Formats: sequence, C-alpha cells, structure tokens
Amino acid sequence: MKIHYGTALAAIALVAVHILMRLTQGFAESLEYDSVIANYKFLPYAGMLEIILILLSIHGFNGLRVILLELKQGRRYEKAVSYGCVAAMIALIAYGSRTIIMVNTGMT
Amino acid sequence: MAQTPTLAEESGTTPFSSSQSITLRIARYNPQHDSAKSFMEFQIPYEKWTTVLEAILEVKKHFDHSVAVRYSCRQATCGSCGMIINGKPRLACFTKISELNSNVITVEPMNNFPIIRDLAVKFERLFDTHHKIKPYLIRDDTEITTNTKEFLQSPEELEQYIQFSNCIKCGLCNSACPTMATDSSFVGPQALAQAYRYVADSRDKGKDNRLKIIDDSHGIWRCHFAGSCSQVCPKGVDPAMGIQLLRGYMLGFRS
Repeated sequence: MKIHYGTALAAIALVAVHILMRLTQGFAESLEYDSVIANYKFLPYAGMLEIILILLSIHGFNGLRVILLELKQGRRYEKAVSYGCVAAMIALIAYGSRTIIMVNTGMT
Repeated sequence: MAQTPTLAEESGTTPFSSSQSITLRIARYNPQHDSAKSFMEFQIPYEKWTTVLEAILEVKKHFDHSVAVRYSCRQATCGSCGMIINGKPRLACFTKISELNSNVITVEPMNNFPIIRDLAVKFERLFDTHHKIKPYLIRDDTEITTNTKEFLQSPEELEQYIQFSNCIKCGLCNSACPTMATDSSFVGPQALAQAYRYVADSRDKGKDNRLKIIDDSHGIWRCHFAGSCSQVCPKGVDPAMGIQLLRGYMLGFRS
C-alpha cells in the first residue's frame, strides 16, 4: 500500500508541474499539434510525461485492484484480479509510451 | 424443597408495572428453516430504567420463550448482547428504552455476523481475527526471571494504549464497519484496535511481528476510515484512531 501513497504524492507533484507548464504557454495554444509534438521531442519534458504515465497507471490500476478485491474474495479470483491489473497496467504504459517513441523516431 | 429457577424465572427479572408501553419488534430467523427474516411484535410495558435486554427477556418470560438471544452480565461487561437496535449496533443491556425516544423498538441480529438464530450470531470470525493479531505481550523474558517483580510503566506509557484495553469483544464495531460487509477476509476494526493496543504497549516486543500480520491484502489498508466503529463502541474505545496510529507505525511516522 506504500506504493499507492508514494505514487499518489509523486503524481500530484509532477502533474502540478505539467499543468503549470501548460498555463505559462496558454492553455488552448499548448494543445495545438505543433506544440504537442514539440513537447514530445523535448526529451526532459517527454521523460516527465512518461513518469506521470507510469505513476498514474500504477496508482490507478492498484486502486482498481483493491476495489475489486473488496467486492469479492477467493484465492483464484484474487490472483486473476492482481495479474489482470498488472497486465492492463503494462499495456496502458506501453500504449502511452508508443506515442513518445513514434514522435522521437520520426514515425509521425 | 426450593425449586431451581428456570431461565425464564430468574430472580433478577421483576415485572413492569408502568402504564407506558412500547412495541418491541424482534427479528426472527432460523437459517435451517427460514428463507428470510421476519418480525414479531410485542407490547411491552416499561419503566424509565428498563433496558432493551430486559424487554426482550420479558418477551421470553411471558410471550414467546423461543426467542434466541445471547446475554450474561447485564452490565456492559461481558459483551454478549450486541444487536442492532433501531438501526444502530448497541448493547441491549446498556440501552435504556427511554433513551431511544421511540414508541417502536426494532431489534435485529448484528450485521456482518452469520446468524445462529434470531438475535444470536456466530462470533468465530471475530475471535479468529482477534487471535490472529497475537493479543498478548510478546517478549523473551518474564516477570519471574527479571529482578523487578513487574514490568513498570510510566503514566504516559499507559496513556498510549489504556483506552484500547477496555475492549469487551462485543463485536459492535465489526457490525458497524462497511468494509466488513464487503470484504469477508478483512481483519476488522476490533482486531486492528487490539493490534494497536499491544503495539503501543511499552512492555511488548512483538511490534514487527504484529505489523507484518496486519500488513496484508485484507489487513489494515482496507480500512476506509468511515469511523462508524468508533461511533458505536459502548466502552469508549476509538478503533478508527487506533487504526490511523497503526498506519503511522507502518509508514515510519511512529516508532
């Protein structure tokens, strides 16, 4: 459970940085295509987005796992929920990372 | 020759002569025969000092002796007569009819406990979880082997846990807990409060062992801090606070 608290606190700090960065640019302008691509190409910022993605995925899927474990109990069910959530978390991180990798490898 | 009084004729039950009366609704359910709970209603006279337990015993004595209820001390010490009274978990012997401010009193078995019959519930889960957290002092030496005759504590050290030692294991906190209702493996507020009681005891050396036991997927972290356990405790124990303090130990804020 410490990982749940830790990811939440870290995500709050990094998402705050992310929002502040958007606000300095102007919110609507920051969502334009060129701005988004530029962000992904700027590696320190892309790295921070990647860390946010990982933190929120861990936090979110662990939270979902806990909710599901509370709804029903049983050894097989609990194992299935835990492994299912880890698999879904890895899939989401991979899908999110794919965007950053595609931009930086010139695939867009 | 004097006859031994039967259960329904105990010397402590005096007939009520009051003109006041209430409707007592008692939940009846036998898991072996009934598919659902039903209620039986009785008109019971009462005095301002009459407790709900006395009213139930009045029913057993004069109307229906088959009502199943567990009780013993009648003074909020044994923790046997926990039940839901007008929707709230309470001790029947510690709840006066006059303080409920209602002409209808409904008594039901405690939630989150399997029903044996009517108002009597099984306590196995509570005793199992209580036993699981090792509710005793853990240390290698004893008072017998040390030079001092007893393990001394300062008033401040006693203050750390003394309220938690008032637990009478009545199960009202577990009955009120929303997590107990959904998670059948949850260790429960009663056991967690007792875990804190021993962890905070300066004489105990089993802190790490005990924290390991409750740091389980159905352990301390499943508490949502609803606080209902503390609301219903008849002995003034605050299990919700104990759980938060235990979390402090687990996260390294306390040692």
